[in-house]
Parts: sequence; C-alpha cells; structure tokens
Amino acid sequence: MAAGSRPPQAAANAKSFAARLRNGDEIAHLITLIFAALVCLIVGLLVFQLYRNSSVSRHQFGWTFFVSRAWDPVFGDFGALPFIYGTVVTSVLSLMIAVPLGVGGAIFLAEFAPPRLSDMLTFVVELLAAVPSVIFGLLGIFVVVPVMRTTVDPFLQKFLGYTPLFTGPIYGVGFLTAGVVLAIMIVPYILSVSREVLLAVPADQREAALGLGATRWEAIWQVVVPYAKTGILGSIFLALARALGETMAVTMVIGNDPKISASLLAPGYTIAAVIANEFTEATGKLYLQSLIELGLVLFIITVILNGLARLLILATTKGGTIQT
Amino acid sequence: MNKHLKMYAPFLLLVGFAVVALVSVTRPSSPAPAPSPTRALIMALAPPSPTNVLLNAAGATFPYPIYSQWFDVYHQLHPDVEINYQSIGSGGGIQQLKAGTVDFGASDMPLNDKLLATFSFKIIQFPTVLGAVMPTYNIPGVTATLNFTPQSLAGIYLGQITKWNDPAIAKANPGVSLPGNNIVVVHRSDGSGTTFVWTDYLSKVSPQWKSRVGSNTSVNWPVGLGGKGNEGVTGIVKETPYSIGYVELVYALQTHLPYGTVQNSSGHFIKASLATVTAAAAGAAAKMQNDVRVSITNAPGANAYPICSFTYLLIPAHIADGTKRQIIKGFLHWMLTDGQKYTEPLAYASLPDAVAAIEMGHISEVN
Repeated sequence: MAAGSRPPQAAANAKSFAARLRNGDEIAHLITLIFAALVCLIVGLLVFQLYRNSSVSRHQFGWTFFVSRAWDPVFGDFGALPFIYGTVVTSVLSLMIAVPLGVGGAIFLAEFAPPRLSDMLTFVVELLAAVPSVIFGLLGIFVVVPVMRTTVDPFLQKFLGYTPLFTGPIYGVGFLTAGVVLAIMIVPYILSVSREVLLAVPADQREAALGLGATRWEAIWQVVVPYAKTGILGSIFLALARALGETMAVTMVIGNDPKISASLLAPGYTIAAVIANEFTEATGKLYLQSLIELGLVLFIITVILNGLARLLILATTKGGTIQT
Repeated sequence: MNKHLKMYAPFLLLVGFAVVALVSVTRPSSPAPAPSPTRALIMALAPPSPTNVLLNAAGATFPYPIYSQWFDVYHQLHPDVEINYQSIGSGGGIQQLKAGTVDFGASDMPLNDKLLATFSFKIIQFPTVLGAVMPTYNIPGVTATLNFTPQSLAGIYLGQITKWNDPAIAKANPGVSLPGNNIVVVHRSDGSGTTFVWTDYLSKVSPQWKSRVGSNTSVNWPVGLGGKGNEGVTGIVKETPYSIGYVELVYALQTHLPYGTVQNSSGHFIKASLATVTAAAAGAAAKMQNDVRVSITNAPGANAYPICSFTYLLIPAHIADGTKRQIIKGFLHWMLTDGQKYTEPLAYASLPDAVAAIEMGHISEVN
C-alpha cells in the first residue's frame, strides 16, 4: 500500500489496518461477523416471507384469525384458535411430564451416580435424542396409544373423571397421548444439558454447603441446583422449542381434529401438524395463505415464549448472586 | 466512529447487496405465458442432449403406482424419452403446473371452472384410471361383511348416528348382532383425492352433508379422528375398536382389511371390486362427450359400485416445444390403448373403451 502521498494520519490508519489484516484479526472478525449476520438475515427473511405470503388471509380475516375456531376449506373460513390451543396444551403438558423426569434424572446422574454409570446412562439418553421424530410417531401409534387407551386413560377417568380434564370418550389418541410422546422426545434435551450444567457447578459450592452442616440432598437442592438454574432453565426452553415445532410424531397421535375441548382425553390439532397434513394438497390462494399465516402464528408464539424465558432468567439472576 | 465505519463498510456493502439480490429474486414474477425463469435457467444449465428428452410431471399420490409403471414401460419402449413423476399430491401438482415447473400434472379431483380460471393457459384433462373408496371398520365380535346404506354413511359421518346398533345400520344387516358401543369415526387428516371422492358421494346422497360440509380434497369434518394417508386411517381403524374409516380399493385389497358393501342407486348392496368399478364408469361415457369432468359417484347401473371416480392427467393445451408435444401426445395415445393392460395387476380399474375413445379425440386438441 503506497503510504507516501497520503496525509500522515491516514497513512498511520492505513498501516494499522493493513497490519491488522496481515495478522488475521480483521479477517477473523469480519468473517465471524458475516456468519452471525447471515443467521440473523435468514431469520429476517423467513419472517418476511411468512408475512408476505400470508397477505391474502391477513386481509381477509384480520385479527379474527386468532380467535376464530373455523377451519373450513370448502367454504373458505379459517381460524387459528384450535391450533394455538393444541400447540400450547401439548407443549405445556409435555413440559410438565418431562421437566421433573429430566431434571431429576440429571440430578441423579450428576450427583448420585458413580461416574462410569453416569457416563453410560447419559450416552443412552443422548441416543434417544438422535432418534428421528417419525419413529417416535410409530412408537406412539403402536405402543403408547394402545397403552393409553386400555390402561392409563380409563384409570385417570375412573379416579379423576369428576374434573373436566378427564371426561369424554376414550380414543387413545388425544392431547394427553401427544403430551406423553412429546415428553419422551424432549427429556433427553433437558437431561443432558442439565447434567452438564450441574457437573459444571464448582466443587467448593457443594463443599461449603456440606461444611455448614447440610445433608447431601439439602446441599444439592438448595445450593447446587440454584447455582445451575440458568442452564437448567435454558435447557427447558430448548426442549419447549422442540415441543412447539414437533410435527410428525404429534400428527400421528393427536387425532387431528381441530376442536377445542377441556378434556385431555379428547383429540386435538397443532399448528405444525395441520401445516404438514394439508399444505401439499391445498389448492386456492386463501387456503394456502391461511396455512402460511399459521406458520407465522407459530413463529410469534415461539418468540413470545422465548421472550418470557429471557425475562424469567433476567429476573431470577438479577444482582448476579444466587437467588433462593 | 469513523474507524468503525471504515472497518464495517465492506461488510455492510456485502449484506446490502445480498438483501437486494434476494429480494429481487423472491419478488413474485408477473404472470407470463412463457416458461418461468426458473425453468429457463434449469434448461440453460442442463447439458444439451438432442437424443434424450426429460419431461417432468407431478401430482396425485393415489395413481402413483400405475403412473410409475407406465412411465417406466414407456421409457423401455422409447429409450430416448424419460418422464419423471413426483407424487406430491394433487394440490402440489396443480400448483407446480401453474408455476410452469412441470410439463404436465395429475389430480384426483377434476379442476372445476373456477380453478381453471386461475391458470394463465388452457388445460385439457385426461382421465387415466379409476379408483374406488370403501368403508372399512373394526368391530370386535363382528366378522360379517356389513351393508351400508347411503343414509347410514352420511349419518355416521355427520355425527348423527352414534352407535353401532342404530336402527339405520341394523336394518340393512339383519342377522348380525351389532354392539351398542359408540362409533369412532376416522377420516383423512391430509388433503386427498380419496376424501374428494368420499365427500362427493356423501354430498350426492345427503343434502344435509352438501350444505353443511360440501366436497373437496379437504373438508371441515363434523366428527372424527384424522389419520394421515390411507395408512394412517388404516392404522387408527385397526387399533381402535368400534371404528369406521374410508380407504382406497387398492389399499384395502393389498392389506386385507375388512370392508363393507355400499348400496348403489339401484338399491343393491355392492362390494367394491375391479368389475363393479368398471361397471360404474360404463354409463359415464355418454355424459363425457362434452366434458370429461364427470362425477361417477352414485352412478346408475345394477352392478355399479357407487363410490368411485376417475383420476386425471392435466395437460396444457398448448405446448411450445415440438418434441415434448409429440412425446406427450404419443404417451397419451399409448396410455389409452396398451397402457390400460397394466392397470388390473395393480388393482386399478381400466377405462371403459367408450371413454378411451372420447379421450383419443381430445388428444388432437393438444397443439
């Protein structure tokens, strides 16, 4: 680079830029920045395309799309409420089952189990995460649904049938079965990440608690787990994200009936399932764009839930010290 | 600040360029009768091959087995011709035909005038084979073949007939002891030609169904669980006692499902088979002279099975490429003559001769 004819200051700047370029720092900085920005760009483009390609249905239905229960391709009336309900209910249900299992299992593997057993069991659990979701769907149809229909659902209806949650005919498929199948799918995420986070808690925290007279369980529950709370919460929201978007396994066990009902034994429908089922055969602009608008709705739900997650983490770790 | 601007300037330019490029590429192109830019690009990039011609087609999943055999046999007869068929669903086939990414499409549902108007070019529809849909059920303790009247099927699917021992069903099945359990209704969750045929039939036999639900590849079912694909419906019916669902003939025959008879317009209870389906189509030729988009559900004829339909190939009326036009016309001619021999072994009913003759006349309209 010719530095002679330039003013001294620019020359100094140019030289330092060139020097930094030669060192590789600038290049590394720029390239990694480009990669990060590309991901943001992809997300932005995704939202843009969803928004643009749902323009017909957005103009037709407006805000009533979010509260309408209709889904009628023949007469051209579409609404998102049954699908929003189904998505949220199955995801929350799966979390209610998976979080105790996952966090409890992680605590066992990190704190109580001998190291070799812990590694082996973790390996097996992580294998579960690698299974394709359609296999879970088949497992659901041929194993979970019959068990639910013949054993679990009648049991629940017999003892808890007075609540509106367990009333109605028993099909085997439905919200509860979908929640169970989803829970099986998301437990590995919670368990393996929580275990890592618990193992990363410094030993002096445990030792300090034990030194102060805590029992083993008190030390774990009152000192170690709160220390690892951020990571555990992060794993829970990762699992929630998977549960929200899960398609094939859910569509095979939920019954695919776009209705809202209080009973967990009733069939339902989720956003991902209806898009997967109906998109390829949808004819007519309004129908197609309504499905795309459902995709946009799912994206919004994910953003809201992730936002809540961020807020929760911020609130519980404010001040930088462990909150009890 | 200046230093940072200088550092990020090339990157910002790159991002800006990427955004502009992507937005311009994804902007919807104005409706044009010419081949889409995507196809033109693909054709330009493909190595020029004067002897080998590749045609692309997409559409219905129901006739996929017979189409894939036809295209394979046709390739063996004409080694320089290759037809690539993707069974992405009737709706997908229609969309791709509209976008110009395929040379012709396939649909279980005939395109009505409203849908045809959304195309920027004329389409000619050619029926290829016949399919039938039948009710399959799973009632523990009942091994007999059940008879279903149109009213019982409509009532079950409307949610009005809720128990198996309802008089409407029991009357048609004297001597069969039906249980008092609730009927679990199963339908298709995905859009499908099978659903179209089923709802078309129900619309014809039940005015209440027609006004409340209508007929389409995907409808707003009053009751029932949804299964994905014929195999999904079968899976649910097999696993759920006291359930009823509807599946394609091909499928039921190959998986040995118990299926019932349906009462046709002459009052006879007919079991679906290749013979009864062909009988249903026989009377259709007269109506197809002017328009091949004839619905043959509830067709007249003593031996006609009431729930069947044609499946259609969607051919553009005007094909610019002369080689492709000749190939498509040649294939259509072959399909209507020798091709029909391959349908029976795959459990599809072949076209009646009268219908094939009518279609032969339409081939000349492709120019």
